[in-house]
Amino acid sequence: MSVSAYFASLSLLKLAKAVPGGIAQGLIWGLMALGVFITFRLLDAADLTVDGSFTLGGAVTVMLIIGGCPAWLAVLCAVGAGILAGLVTGLLHVKLGIPVILAGILTQFSLYSINLHVMGMAANKALSVDKYNLLLSSRAIPSAIVTSLIIAVALVSIFYWYFGTEQGSAIRCTGANPAMASALGINIGVMKIIALSLSNGIVALSGALMSQYQGFADINMGRGAIVIGLAAVIIGEALGHALLGKRLNFWGTMAFTVIGGVVYYLVVVIVLWLRLNSNDLKLITAIIVALFLALPYLREQKRSSFQKLRAKEGQPHA
Amino acid sequence: MLKLENISKTFNQGTVNEKKALRGVSLHLAPGDYVTVIGSNGAGKSTMLNAVAGVWPVDEGRIILDGEDVTAKPEHKRATNIGRVFQDPMMGTAANMWVEENLDLAMLRGERRGLRWAVTKQDREFFREQLKTLGLGLEDRMTTKVGMLSGGQRQALTLLMASMKKPKLLLLDEHTAALDPATAAKVLEITDRIVDEHKLTTLMITHNMKDAIRHGNRLIMMNQGQIILDISGEEKKSLTKQDLMDMFAKTAGTTLDSDEALLTK
Ligand SMILES: Nc1ncnc2c1ncn2[C@@H]1O[C@H](COP(=O)(O)OP(=O)(O)O)[C@@H](O)[C@H]1O
Ligand SMILES: [Mg+2]
Repeated sequence: MSVSAYFASLSLLKLAKAVPGGIAQGLIWGLMALGVFITFRLLDAADLTVDGSFTLGGAVTVMLIIGGCPAWLAVLCAVGAGILAGLVTGLLHVKLGIPVILAGILTQFSLYSINLHVMGMAANKALSVDKYNLLLSSRAIPSAIVTSLIIAVALVSIFYWYFGTEQGSAIRCTGANPAMASALGINIGVMKIIALSLSNGIVALSGALMSQYQGFADINMGRGAIVIGLAAVIIGEALGHALLGKRLNFWGTMAFTVIGGVVYYLVVVIVLWLRLNSNDLKLITAIIVALFLALPYLREQKRSSFQKLRAKEGQPHA
Repeated sequence: MLKLENISKTFNQGTVNEKKALRGVSLHLAPGDYVTVIGSNGAGKSTMLNAVAGVWPVDEGRIILDGEDVTAKPEHKRATNIGRVFQDPMMGTAANMWVEENLDLAMLRGERRGLRWAVTKQDREFFREQLKTLGLGLEDRMTTKVGMLSGGQRQALTLLMASMKKPKLLLLDEHTAALDPATAAKVLEITDRIVDEHKLTTLMITHNMKDAIRHGNRLIMMNQGQIILDISGEEKKSLTKQDLMDMFAKTAGTTLDSDEALLTK
């Protein structure tokens, strides 16, 4: 196919049609990113439980709804399951001294088996919107957007309040300066466990919504969720700083995390529309996230590094 | 107020890096004692303070704070009664949180941290009054992130945070060592005022012999994990740097040329 034929084959109408669905899914991923934000930014810990707890949320929701449970209750149970998953990671880390990254990997790994059990040993479970009353579905995209938007605004507001309370501040202090937190009488172990539980509860909520939106739960639906979450957090921060600069407060930071999820997913939509190989998406995402994560380090290197000194040495002295 | 009974601590026991950092230290502080602690680098000064604060459990001995045996209590529980300022200005405050948020975290030392909104209007008034006493203009910068403050300002803030709840014990570990001389003097002046105002029982490590002589009512010197000198009252008042160096030479069996030679980091 020639270049001009390729461009002629791209239909803007098709793109326009794909955008609303992209926004809905982006909002759901954005909620997941909120969970990642809690551990990655506030607790300063990379929690890899996420991939497993996202799927767990989806699996629990689908099975409960199929079993006759009302959708809202199924979602609440999914959140509870996610909290438990986070609790396990927290206990592995705090009570057994396993580094948090490994603790998360262990929980995530074990969740693969658990999720299969939850889904009755099936890798995929369909949840038809025709048969059940769901909170949202890709069949009704506008209302799906409204529903996930309401949940996002509510969650951001609740977190804004919570992390301004005495307990929430103690969690932030634990992430910012654990030695100081202990010296001020904060039980940092408990704070870490609370934050990890909370974070995975939100991630499971996101998985619960996603399974309803897409109409199924899949054992691999959470694969790479942590990277997507990080991408959303990073994109959100960059956007927030660019648009609001110093006026960006805590509420805004979290709101932009959700927006980061939407932007991420719209990029996905465009990639698919351009008919680039969607299998490369994960590679591209990983490269972008790696670049952004490296940015602070590279900036510092530009300011001062041994390499720079060596380059200087090579120059003839004046 | 504080009683250390024969406490010992060995790091990396049973390895080539084994280090006996404290060898049977006993110390008794009366309420209101303001004790300066000197000793060469590695003498065990910080280790003694960390043992009191409960950073890790001691191997032997008992730690009794205001009549209560706290030897088996973890750090965050002891913190109720202990205020601390560290050498590194970064250590005592959270850089990415506001001045008032840092103060609030300190206000709740030893209390249950519940779901009340952390910084109330009332708190803010109180913090403003407290900050004014430092004379650094911080009362007008309560919503500045602490990371934007200078080292001296951060140490003064940490001092305020450590003392605001009138702890039974104030532990200062070379809290002026990272500051320039003028700022260090200012922070020491604030320290004296706060200790005096609340009559705080205080242990202050310093690497500066002059400061150790000039401040507090009692001075102890440590060497190789033990307290080798304990001077108070009139004897401390008339103490000179030369006296200290002579006493060190006699007790430790080595000479001490100046505070640059052995007492400095
Ligand atoms: N956490 C630790 N782990 C291992 N060794 C330690 C630790 N803390 C202190 N030490 C060692 O104990 C000795 C006393 O250290 P310290 O109390 O910090 O001395 P200083 O009197 O200079 O404050 C030193 O040899 C130090 O290396
Ligand atoms: Mg020391």
